[in-house]
Amino acid sequence: MRAAVLVALAFLLLAPAGAGAVQPRASFNDVEDEVMCDTCNVPLNVADSDRADQERATIRKLIAQGLTKDQIKAELKRTYGPAILAMPQDSGFSIAAWWVPVAVVLALLALLLALLPRWRRRGRADEAFASAHGPALSEADARRLDEDLARYDT
Amino acid sequence: MKRSAVPIAVAVLAAALVGLLVYGVVARKDDTSLDAAVQKGQRPQAPGSAVTLPTLDGSTQRSLAQLRGRVVVLNFWASWCGPCEQEAPVLEKAQQQLAQNGGTVLGVTYKDDAGASRDFVRRYKLTYPSLRDDKLALAPKFGTNKLPETFVLDKSGRVVALSRGEVSQSFLMQAIDRAQAS
Repeated sequence: MRAAVLVALAFLLLAPAGAGAVQPRASFNDVEDEVMCDTCNVPLNVADSDRADQERATIRKLIAQGLTKDQIKAELKRTYGPAILAMPQDSGFSIAAWWVPVAVVLALLALLLALLPRWRRRGRADEAFASAHGPALSEADARRLDEDLARYDT
Repeated sequence: MKRSAVPIAVAVLAAALVGLLVYGVVARKDDTSLDAAVQKGQRPQAPGSAVTLPTLDGSTQRSLAQLRGRVVVLNFWASWCGPCEQEAPVLEKAQQQLAQNGGTVLGVTYKDDAGASRDFVRRYKLTYPSLRDDKLALAPKFGTNKLPETFVLDKSGRVVALSRGEVSQSFLMQAIDRAQAS
C-alpha cells in the first residue's frame, strides 16, 4: 500500500516535468524581441524597415515549419551570424556589454568597503562628541531651558 | 585604502568607462580608405579577393581572385533595397557590354533572404552571377554598410572607381572604359 502511494506520488510529481520537456511551438512575439533587425541595429520588435519585414517573414516561415524558439534562433544565427541575436555576443568589443556592469558593481562594492569603516568611525566620533558635550543649543533654546529649570527649582 | 586612493580609483574607473565609450564609437566609424585612395587617383588593390562566398543557389563557391584577368563590376545589393531595384536594369546592361570583352558584373547580396534574392534575379532577368554574403565576410572589407554600392575593378583586381549609392549609367560606362583601358 505504502509503495503504491509512493509510486502514485512520484507519478504526480514527474508528470508535469515530462510535459514541460516537450518544447512548445514558438510564439512570434517571443522570438521577435530576441532578434535584431540587422540593418537598423535595433531589436526587430521595434524596427520598421523592409529588411525588418523580411526577417519577420522568415521567422513566420520557420514557425510554420514547427521549429521551436531555440531552433529558430539557431537557424538565424547559422545563416546571418551571431549579430542577428539581440543578446550581446561573447567575443570582440561586444563582450564589454557583459564585463562592464560586473566591473562597475565590483568597483562600487570596493568603494563602499573602503568608505564604510570611515563613515562608521565618523559616526561614532560624532556620537561621542554629542554625549560628552550634549547637543548644541541655540541661544534662545538655552535661555528657555534655563528659565524652565529655574521654575522647577522654585 | 588611504584617504586619497578613493577619488583616484573613482577617477580611473570613470576614465576607463569614457575610454571604452570612445573606442566603441570610433570602432564603428565607416571605413573610407578605398574612397580616399580612389579620389587621389590611386588604384588600390581590391580587398577580400581570397574570400569565397556561395552562389545564390548554394551550388558552388566563388571569389574575386577567380575573376583576376577580367574587368569586374562588383555590386552589393539586397532584394529589400529600393535603389537596388532601380539600378538593376543599368547593371544588366553593363553585363551585356562587359560579357563581350570577358568581363562581368558580380552581385553580392547583403543581409538578404536567399529566396528573396533569387526572386529578385528572376524578376529583373539578371544574367550576371550573384554571391551570398550573409555573414558579411566581404562587404565590410569594402566599407560597405549601406546599399547599394558598386566597385569597378580592372583586370589586375584594382579598384578603378566606386559608387556608394545608386549607380548611374554614365558613371558605370566611364568606369568600365577606364578599367578596360588599363
